Amino acid sequence: MAKIVIDRNRCKGCGFCVDACPNNLIRIDTKLNAQGYLPAIIEDNENCTGCALCAEVCPDVAIDVYK
Amino acid sequence: MVDCQTHFCPGCTHGTAHRLVAEAIDYFDIQEKTIGVCGVGCAVFMYDYFAVDAIEAPHGRAPAVATGIKRVQPDKIVFTYQGDGDLASIGTSEIIHTANRGESITVIFVNNTVYGMTGGQMAPTTLLGQKTTTTPSGRDFRNDGYPIRMAEMLANLEGVAYSTRVSMHNAKEVIRAKKAIRKAFRMQIDDMGLTFVELLSACHTNWRVKPLEGQKRVEEELIPYFSLGVFKER
Amino acid sequence: MAEKILEKGNIALAKGAIVAGCRYYFGYPITPQNDIPEYLSAEMPKVGGTFIQAESEVASINMVLGASAAGARAMTSSSGPGISLMQEGLSYMAGSELPGLVVNVMRVGPGLGGIAPSQGDYFQATRGGGHGDYFNIVLAPASVQEMFDLAIKAFDLSDKYRNPAMILCDAVLGQMKEPIILNEMKHERPPAKPWALTGAKGRKSQFLKTLYLSDGEQEVHNLELKEKYDILRKEDVIFEENGLDDAEIVVVAFGTVARIVKTAIQIAKEEGIKVGLIRPITLFPFPAEVIRKTVKKIPRILVVEMNTGQMVDDVKLSIEDKVKLGFYGRPGGGIPTPEDVLRHIKVMFDEEGF
Repeated sequence: MAKIVIDRNRCKGCGFCVDACPNNLIRIDTKLNAQGYLPAIIEDNENCTGCALCAEVCPDVAIDVYK
Repeated sequence: MVDCQTHFCPGCTHGTAHRLVAEAIDYFDIQEKTIGVCGVGCAVFMYDYFAVDAIEAPHGRAPAVATGIKRVQPDKIVFTYQGDGDLASIGTSEIIHTANRGESITVIFVNNTVYGMTGGQMAPTTLLGQKTTTTPSGRDFRNDGYPIRMAEMLANLEGVAYSTRVSMHNAKEVIRAKKAIRKAFRMQIDDMGLTFVELLSACHTNWRVKPLEGQKRVEEELIPYFSLGVFKER
Repeated sequence: MAEKILEKGNIALAKGAIVAGCRYYFGYPITPQNDIPEYLSAEMPKVGGTFIQAESEVASINMVLGASAAGARAMTSSSGPGISLMQEGLSYMAGSELPGLVVNVMRVGPGLGGIAPSQGDYFQATRGGGHGDYFNIVLAPASVQEMFDLAIKAFDLSDKYRNPAMILCDAVLGQMKEPIILNEMKHERPPAKPWALTGAKGRKSQFLKTLYLSDGEQEVHNLELKEKYDILRKEDVIFEENGLDDAEIVVVAFGTVARIVKTAIQIAKEEGIKVGLIRPITLFPFPAEVIRKTVKKIPRILVVEMNTGQMVDDVKLSIEDKVKLGFYGRPGGGIPTPEDVLRHIKVMFDEEGF
């Protein structure tokens, strides 16, 4: 059962992971994080395949992938 | 890498490049033998993010500083991390001669076609017609010359063992970049000569675009001029 | 008619250069002076001038050298680390007797330092900076108006003496905004330059060099340069003096610090302490004479700078009499407040003090 964990306060809301996820499981939150960014959040870990493309594109090492 | 927030703007692929270099260092388990030399620019805080010995070199001089380090510590893995002003403008002499001497170091060159840290001035790699704060009407070859293709130029030098250009604008390219960086470090471990990886990057802040737009611009405007590929491999 | 506008220091300086007839700018980006190349990249083409963002400061100063040799008014601008790179070029310019303007918008150092303001490049500017027996003409503005005026003056002095001139300001002056008057009438027409390399048509060919190998030649050349500097010291010293008539203590400060000192002097006046100010505007030639004369009547001097003690040495060299000399310096980007300065003034009166 794969899933990802996004470090909310490390994320700067660039949106690369949103674009990279082949199953469109990630979106940008409407609530600010402690840094003042709108971070990415995982909508639906149920359908995560653990492909890790989101983590590959993240410039802030904010995503941990569990396979 | 050190567990901390980086100063890079949201979506800046310096962050990605840092991570790829760190992954290569981890992959070869050389953290304790690696010494990094950073240039001046947005990359100047590299020593805060890598848990390896590192030094900040004067602007453009990183390859010369790295030469000094590698000659004293030939068994260590030495890399430089430089932007387009540092390497291709003020540092052209240093990179060419370090490459010519075939120093066994790895040069990580992040090319985003502008001077980021100082506010978006023209870089040697700025594209023709590109507007920057010092080319307000767009780069004109009659005044400012043409953008420089460093990876191709260095490939012509005998001392260079590996010269490649990669991108980081989507997951597929990031994975390719990771492999290139890994190969560059591998060849240094095997003492084969200078290894050079040019990474195309976006500078969203100074290009004045959103992160995903910047990535698209890399794909649609930079890559046609700065082609991806391997220009030399021993 | 002169117009009054609100302007930023760096831009005022660039405008002054254009008014002075400078049509050649070569430079490299470095904080805190990027406004200068950015502004000139747009303006120079408009006035038929040339702007080149050079590959480095080394290239920049050599482009200035070339343009100057060809008879033009040329300039570059930078900050500490870049000015260090230009030292060889400045030495060559002084040796070939070439004019040209170099602007140093000082930041903290040494090394990469930071982008906070500083006056730590005083020695570099006034002691030549590069190798050999020469000096730069050094001017220190203390207001946005002076950034404009002294840019023009610098070109005039540089051409008059055939020697590089440097404007030594700091990040505060570069970035601040004040109302200024763009006085278009101020500058002296650039003098004729028969020595310039313009092609030997209708005259014998000529050259510019700095190498003197024959026995005794270099000595003659050095003495000729010295003669120039002696005339400069006699004729073109510029300074401001305030309240020296009845002062009990005189403060010597330049640039941004002088502005802070002026406020301290006002506060001191309200407290009944009479403080005078000598503000050097040319740092080379240094206003040694006015300081030497002043301390004959006022036996207390306080030197205030944003460094750990540089101009204070020139003040010491200017004094013959026994005088209570105090120093207050804030290096590393620390900007003294008027209250800080006043505190140090008061210490000077304390018999247990310095």
